Amino acid sequence: MSELKITVNGQAHLLNVPESRTLAQVLRYDLGLTGTKIGCEEAECGICTVLINGLPVNSCIFPAFKAQGHDIQTVEGLAHEDELHPVQHNFIDHGAVQCGFCTPGLMMTATALLNENPDPDDHAIKVALKDTYCRCTGYSSVIAAIKSAASEMRGEGPLSVNEPEVSEPMHAISRSMPPQYIREKVTGAAKYTDDYTFDNMLFARTLRSVYPHARLLRISTERAKALPGVVAVLTHADVPGENLHGLVYRDWPVLCHDVVRYTGDAIAIVAAETEDIAAEALNLIEVEYEPLPVVPNPKFAHSPEAPVLHPNHPTGNLLKHIKVRHGDIEQGFAQADYIVEREYHTPTTEHAFLEPECAIGIPAGVAGHQKLTILVGSQIPYQDRNQIALAMGLPEEKVRVIGTLIGGGFGGKEDIAGQIHVAMLAQATGRPVKMLYTRQESLIVHPKRHATIIRMKTGATKDGKLVAVEAELYGDGGAYASLSDKVMTRATTHATGPYVVPNAKIDCYAMYTNNPPSGAFRGFGVTQSAFAVESSMDILAEMIGIDPIEFRRINAQRVGTTTATGQLLRESVGLLETLDRVQNDMVSPRSDFQWAWRDGHKAYAWGLACAYKNTGLGGGAPDKAEAEVEAFEDGTVEVRVAAADMGQGLAHVVAQCTAEELKLPYDRVRVLLCDTDLTPNGGPTTASRQTFVSGNAARVTSSLLREALTRSAAEFLDVPPESLYYEEGLLRHNGKSVELGSLVGWMKANGLSSKVRHEYHAPATQPLGTGGDMHFAFSYATQAALVEVDMETGAVKVLKIVAGTDIGRAINPLMLQGQVEGGIIMALGNCLTESYIVENGVPWTNLLSRYKMPSIKHTPEIISHLIEDRASTGPYGAKGVGEICSINTSPAICNAIYHATGVRIFSLPVDQDALLRAIRAGQTEVYTAWHDVR
Amino acid sequence: MKLWNNYHTPHSIDEALTLLNQYQGKARVVAGGTDLMVELREGHRPVQDALIDITMIPELTTLAPTDDEIYIGAGVTHTQLVKSPLLAALATCLVESCGVVGGPQVRNVGTLGGNVAHALPAGDGTTSLVALDAQADIVMDGQRRVVPILEMYRGPGQSLIDSTHDLIIGFRFALCAEREATAFKRIMRPQGVALPILGCATWVRLNPAKTHFEATRLSIAPIGPTPARATEVEAVLTGQPANDATIESAIDTAVKILKPRTSKYRATGEYRREMIAVLLRRTLQLAVQRAQTGQAVPEGIGIE
Ligand SMILES: Cc1cc2nc3c(=O)[nH]c(=O)nc-3n(C[C@H](O)[C@H](O)[C@H](O)COP(=O)(O)OP(=O)(O)OC[C@H]3O[C@@H](n4cnc5c(N)ncnc54)[C@H](O)[C@@H]3O)c2cc1C
Ligand code: FES
Ligand code: FES
Repeated sequence: MSELKITVNGQAHLLNVPESRTLAQVLRYDLGLTGTKIGCEEAECGICTVLINGLPVNSCIFPAFKAQGHDIQTVEGLAHEDELHPVQHNFIDHGAVQCGFCTPGLMMTATALLNENPDPDDHAIKVALKDTYCRCTGYSSVIAAIKSAASEMRGEGPLSVNEPEVSEPMHAISRSMPPQYIREKVTGAAKYTDDYTFDNMLFARTLRSVYPHARLLRISTERAKALPGVVAVLTHADVPGENLHGLVYRDWPVLCHDVVRYTGDAIAIVAAETEDIAAEALNLIEVEYEPLPVVPNPKFAHSPEAPVLHPNHPTGNLLKHIKVRHGDIEQGFAQADYIVEREYHTPTTEHAFLEPECAIGIPAGVAGHQKLTILVGSQIPYQDRNQIALAMGLPEEKVRVIGTLIGGGFGGKEDIAGQIHVAMLAQATGRPVKMLYTRQESLIVHPKRHATIIRMKTGATKDGKLVAVEAELYGDGGAYASLSDKVMTRATTHATGPYVVPNAKIDCYAMYTNNPPSGAFRGFGVTQSAFAVESSMDILAEMIGIDPIEFRRINAQRVGTTTATGQLLRESVGLLETLDRVQNDMVSPRSDFQWAWRDGHKAYAWGLACAYKNTGLGGGAPDKAEAEVEAFEDGTVEVRVAAADMGQGLAHVVAQCTAEELKLPYDRVRVLLCDTDLTPNGGPTTASRQTFVSGNAARVTSSLLREALTRSAAEFLDVPPESLYYEEGLLRHNGKSVELGSLVGWMKANGLSSKVRHEYHAPATQPLGTGGDMHFAFSYATQAALVEVDMETGAVKVLKIVAGTDIGRAINPLMLQGQVEGGIIMALGNCLTESYIVENGVPWTNLLSRYKMPSIKHTPEIISHLIEDRASTGPYGAKGVGEICSINTSPAICNAIYHATGVRIFSLPVDQDALLRAIRAGQTEVYTAWHDVR
Repeated sequence: MKLWNNYHTPHSIDEALTLLNQYQGKARVVAGGTDLMVELREGHRPVQDALIDITMIPELTTLAPTDDEIYIGAGVTHTQLVKSPLLAALATCLVESCGVVGGPQVRNVGTLGGNVAHALPAGDGTTSLVALDAQADIVMDGQRRVVPILEMYRGPGQSLIDSTHDLIIGFRFALCAEREATAFKRIMRPQGVALPILGCATWVRLNPAKTHFEATRLSIAPIGPTPARATEVEAVLTGQPANDATIESAIDTAVKILKPRTSKYRATGEYRREMIAVLLRRTLQLAVQRAQTGQAVPEGIGIE
């Protein structure tokens, strides 16, 4: 312990702390200034940025004692009392905050920029923020917010917000209401799991396998237990209930006992007085392994030589064979004048949500907690509870899961991470236990996007009609099932693209391997098959000699189309309109439209792709959500659902539905999310379903509350209920009116409840293969990409994306725009920068510095059109948005690269090395990617 | 996780050396920590007994012209280098190379000394120091020495000095005179680790009529395990007209004799060979133009 003198946000501190501290640790743990976030501790993500004497630095690698005597500014110091800094409120106004985990870092970096440069242009902003990452927003809104703040700070007033155009705005619906918890997110007050501390809390770490596949011969924890400060070391023998979890198949051990199947497998868990002691204890646990042959890829997994990884699974390593059969495939190809057949490869990719997984377990009996309670930023609180209860051998009512704010999820926070482990440790020690994953651990452990190998054969007639699609997909499911079944089903059922395809035969093999498990990731399998579909569409169009847009138009799904899974589309098929709007923007600025042109050693070209994506679970799964809405005497209303808001904005969607139904001012609606004791089940936040399902639940439940209120008001005012109407928090009847709050008071006094709970059931769906409606709605999209290829280096730059997205209705236009922009940038990463590399079962990508996601410097100009082809069963006509915007960007870019260079990319991410070599050699097809450079 | 135990901030070279001595190899010099902290976190280096922070030692943090030379303390940050108008005009390649290291947060603390001591064959600061024919002031085994920059490297990641008991004090080199100019460019890929596929710094001196190359220094990396000059290629340029034809013949020689390797998840040797041509062409043309006009404005600072 030594003396550290620092000034933080103008306040002098004299601390007595270990010299081994980083500045981020001192700020967060010693000073309790948890606004500064930690995302990687590698100087990569920049979200830990603070200013030292005005200069932005990464506090995660900045030794605290290097700051001795210096002046430090953190996010907590931006606002003055109640008045937000211009950067803060412009981040709010321009929609630059989603999950909010990166927001402090972005704002601090931006503040430093504005102190130096009062009028930065796009380039200056990109230079300043180049290494401060955001995984949600796609950065366009961030750039707008910074420019607006600059203008305001120069005394020229803020800039106008780029509000998307929408039709038929209502009282609260189709209006850009500020998201929930937004003020907390820009002031640093927002609490994510690691920001909570409890008295007497222990810190936990997990011992993981060093082999991708091995038999466990011996585990000895004696030496670790003997280390002073260690309070508990647990292994499989200590799992009180069933030692398995899993969302679809229960095949994933809580703690391994006989075999380990990937390098993230947990073998033992430790709780200790400090994090350092917990980490040290891991080194003292002795494990004896017998390494087993590794199953490194799905094709090998399917071969007879491969060892069987899950002997209890009835089909061996074949996790699931998924089939689509439609029409007569042979006859289909017999009608084809042109046939294209190619193989496509997509890599494993990583969500890289900026907040690493964290869970806190609090045992029953600790102050204020009657039952075992888990705090976690999870996408599925009720399934968490179910899985924790089973593993703990407890009835579900004895477990409470409280969802905290989530620093990004994108599908990667659906599976169990530390939830069960902290439950066990809390139970065993009788003390609160926190388990925070390091970034490096997060990279290795949680399920990824499936790598796929897709062979696709597509036939069309000479007048441009698709007649048949035959495809074979291999999906790398990794060591455990996670959501592979569902994800690969979606990849399969969407493998005809959003087109009329009369004959289809599609087989998908989801395979167990010894790689990290694969699960949900924004796009849910459709991202992969769309790459194959939309590339094939362009190849065919060229063979036929037809314009690629025209070719898509001829085959586009429309109302009346029957899909390859036998679903008749009755409404809300906005594909053609998305095509029209995008084409219009590509052509109009240049009446002499060309797909491609050259300027010196730079080649420029457009490429286009379409997509569709189901809303909701579908396939016969009962899709429902429950909501509770309660009115209070102070005139406010609280709506409760157990649906997660990981930054995508579910909270404001349900708040807006409630405000709409009760015609209440939006700021009188509170939202309580994700507490299994207080909020009814909203089901998983996946499959772009929450706007639809929980939105509907909030809408219907609020309307039921309205009916109850109306009845009471009619009695109270003594007027007929039909004549009452709602306005700005009042119930009116010519001249007479009653405040909502007073009415609630009256109801209470008269023994009437002002609380309604209701379970909403989405329209029924049918399982694949039955020929019925697999899904209750589909969203549609067209995107065009304008790229620049340096013909001397092969470097690819995306200059512009034009997007048309049919989402039924834009409940919150600005935040929806943010979803679209963020989805596009995430997909741009999928196409150009991201690949999670595993070498014979061992992840090479064990550091964030080895996984590049798009930075602000990659952000192209984005022109986004929202198309609102109403879905009659959606809330006010809305359908899913989370994923549709993140599906066709990759093929649009690759189609553009082809137009620019004459070289077609069949393996992602695009490798400039291979692209240039192909250009030089006059080859037209590239089948390797960056991860193949060895 | 704890990565070091004690943290010292000496205010003189002697004090720093004394501390290093006391810890007998269990303490290590730290400057900006942008390489070291990450290495410690990855477990590539053991937990250190102490870190000796050299960024408060005046001699290591000055940036000062002396006659026709400039002295840059090893602890000067990339940001400070990039902001120097003198360097921008007269050691342009160094500003261009330090201007693309990481992002602002890394450049605000990362130092030139750290870049050299880390000893990667293609550290961006290094590549330009080689073209500038810099000398390093060091303390090695307790002795002050001046060594040519190329002698600072013993292998990939292996410096001449041992940062548990030696120090780099600073660097000195001649600023560009009349008819002289430099340029730096690099090729990156958007995937994987932020190390250049290839970097190239060139220094040219034209004849008094500014029509011919009088002398050149070419630094292209990574080619071998340590930085090196492409002297055979320089020879092709010497005395020849400063035009595209000469540059192309230098490129012909370069792609013939330089044998860049394929490195995993970085680049194929074949691609690197192509990039040798591209970078030599771009940097030589730029340097010639700068030397002829006497004007040099750094390019690509922050984002290339
Ligand atoms: C996100 C990120 C991006 C990066 N991008 C680039 C890039 O594009 N190009 C590039 O070249 N580098 C890059 N780097 C690497 C690094 O930032 C630079 O090499 C930097 O110059 C290192 O300086 P430092 O002061 O931070 O070194 P430190 O980490 O403090 O030290 C590095 C090594 O040098 C030793 N050392 C430091 N100073 C001295 C001294 N005076 N005497 C003796 N030994 C010393 C240390 O003991 C240590 O072994 C990047 C790093 C990060 C984190
Ligand atoms: S850069 Fe500090 S946490 Fe990522
Ligand atoms: S809002 Fe930026 S990471 Fe979520």
